[in-house]
Amino acid sequence: MARVLLKQVVKAFQDQPVVKGLDLTIPNGSFTVLVGPSGCGKSTTLRMIAGLEEVTDGEIWIGDRKVNDVPPGKRDLAMVFQNYALYPTMNVFENIAFGLQNRGLPRQECKSLVHEIAEVVGLTSYLDRKPSELSGGQRQRVALARAMVKKPQVFLMDEPLSNLDAKLRNQMRVELTSLHKQLGSTFIYVTHDQVEAMTMGDQIVVMNEGRIQQVASPVELYQDPTNLFVAQFIGSPAMNILSWEEEESCLLGFRPEKGRIAATIQPSTEEKGISLRGKVRSREILGAEVLYYVDTRKGQIIVKANHDVELIAEDEDVRLSVAAKDLYFFDEKTGMRVMGQHVHSLPLAGGAV
Amino acid sequence: MWKEIALRRYQSRSQVVPQKSGQLLEKSRPYLYVAPALAFFTLFFFYPIAYMVYLSFYDWSLLDLSAMEWVGLENFHALFTDADFYQVLSNTFVFTVFTVSLGMGIAFFLALWLNHRAKIYGIVQAAIFTPHIISLVSIAMLWLWLMDPQYGLLNAILESFGLPPYSWLADTKSALASLILVSVWKVVGYNTLVFIAGLQSIPKYLYEAAALDRSPAWKTLWKITIPMLSPTLFFLLIINTISSFQVFDTINIMTQGGPVNSTNMLVFYIYEQGMDFYNGGIASAASVVLLLLVALLTLFHFLVLSKKVHYR
Ligand SMILES: Nc1ncnc2c1ncn2[C@@H]1O[C@H](COP(=O)(O)OP(=O)(O)O)[C@@H](O)[C@H]1O
Ligand SMILES: [Mg+2]
Repeated sequence: MARVLLKQVVKAFQDQPVVKGLDLTIPNGSFTVLVGPSGCGKSTTLRMIAGLEEVTDGEIWIGDRKVNDVPPGKRDLAMVFQNYALYPTMNVFENIAFGLQNRGLPRQECKSLVHEIAEVVGLTSYLDRKPSELSGGQRQRVALARAMVKKPQVFLMDEPLSNLDAKLRNQMRVELTSLHKQLGSTFIYVTHDQVEAMTMGDQIVVMNEGRIQQVASPVELYQDPTNLFVAQFIGSPAMNILSWEEEESCLLGFRPEKGRIAATIQPSTEEKGISLRGKVRSREILGAEVLYYVDTRKGQIIVKANHDVELIAEDEDVRLSVAAKDLYFFDEKTGMRVMGQHVHSLPLAGGAV
Repeated sequence: MWKEIALRRYQSRSQVVPQKSGQLLEKSRPYLYVAPALAFFTLFFFYPIAYMVYLSFYDWSLLDLSAMEWVGLENFHALFTDADFYQVLSNTFVFTVFTVSLGMGIAFFLALWLNHRAKIYGIVQAAIFTPHIISLVSIAMLWLWLMDPQYGLLNAILESFGLPPYSWLADTKSALASLILVSVWKVVGYNTLVFIAGLQSIPKYLYEAAALDRSPAWKTLWKITIPMLSPTLFFLLIINTISSFQVFDTINIMTQGGPVNSTNMLVFYIYEQGMDFYNGGIASAASVVLLLLVALLTLFHFLVLSKKVHYR
């Protein structure tokens, strides 16, 4: 069926490389999310898969066909654009039907398919409206319907939810994932939002500066980042990174939610790990959780804690500890994860702020 | 922005308790604002039109303005029983239809061809736009020379192909076509430029969506480009129709309405009646007819065609 394969794909604009040799397998039926900071080449990659952008070097395969020279319409895929790209002069029906008519479908069949899909996305009573007469959410649905009606092997979506308000965005997230389950086709989804990536994808491709940083499932990405970039990009707030005296050129990191914070200054339990003294600079209460911004001699550290335990006041001296199993180590120069490091003691205990 | 201004005005108004004289000023303010424009239009637009209509009911001539005589609808009667006038009307229509359709059609395809061809565009743009900024008088002189039966370049070209020379402007069969050619040549540059501006304002992603929808080129043109361009098409249609209805300079310089009235058109006819034949009344009546025709055409455009225009 439609597995998508990228082999050493390169894209350069005016000799300026933007995508720098991607090797990627997108399994058939997966919900693959390309995520990364703005400008890292996600859209360019997606547009190359769609055929809207020529490949400078390398190969793209869809199913068992090399598609480098296949025009967009013949690649058996559909795309949902960030701004929806609806045809402003056509009404909703015509927008959805356009792709079907171009495939030479008989009028009647075309009509029934459009009505069917309109039913699915809840647009039946809007079929003769122009896109300008619809709300953002409805336009989004038209864009989806226009893609779905073609029953493509591969769906491409470039930040399709970024123009919606927060509530609608959450709702559409759920709808898109359930749509994916129903259709069983391959979804390739681009976003800069790691939360969106983590909640929707079953395979996540983290990109930075035109290169793939890691390809993994959400859980694996969170628990086992391969490098500093992924570690800091995935998770909110970002992972705390400290320098570590015990080992040359090695950085140490832990996630804010793994740090424990206590108002007492005595050295804590016997458990292996690190412990640090600090002072709460400020705090943010996010409903069930609290973010503490703690000044230590290693710099500012963020700790996320459940606030049903005890609320610590600002300016209070605290002890911060992290269990050894929750620590990550990175090579200072390459940023790569270093495995097999051990914390031998509680080396950071000394020296208050 | 307007909302803000309105709001500020409203606030300032509610703060200051208006006094009697202030109130008068406040009430007359809108009229004061439009007064200069109104004065201008009255002086140079409404008054001349009214006066022209008034004059069309009189028998008068520029030779002796004191000898004006009320004749009622006599001038119009004379006009519409004059076979020449019908020919003038028909010439004007033929000229307009061809100038507008060719001028817009050629410009449209030129624009499609030039769009996204940055390199050629720079050169061609200058070439096709130049006719638009040159005075029509110079253009007419230029073409008069090009079409000269003895020394003209066009006939030189014909000759080089072994064809006999042709008297472009002296033949009733080709004189009107020659004028159309000149007008089209002049208007194409401007139209192309406006079309290109229109084309470039069509978002690229629509074409990408169409490519993904497997739309063939002609269908993309018909279903996306042309509808998206409809405001531009409409604008040019009105501008071009009105200006070719009012063609004058080329006729005056190149043919003087001849041979045998075959290139005489409304504005030239009016000029001829008023200035050469001293038939002020007939000229005024013909002017009224011209005004009504242009008004009707524009009304037709707005009522019938504007429904098909897509405004963003
Ligand atoms: N048509 C183009 N011409 C030149 N540079 C481009 C073009 N499209 C994208 N780029 C550049 O390529 C880089 C990646 O862009 P893009 O793929 O849109 O990033 P992302 O979608 O990840 O935010 C950016 O630096 C952008 O400026
Ligand atoms: Mg993008």
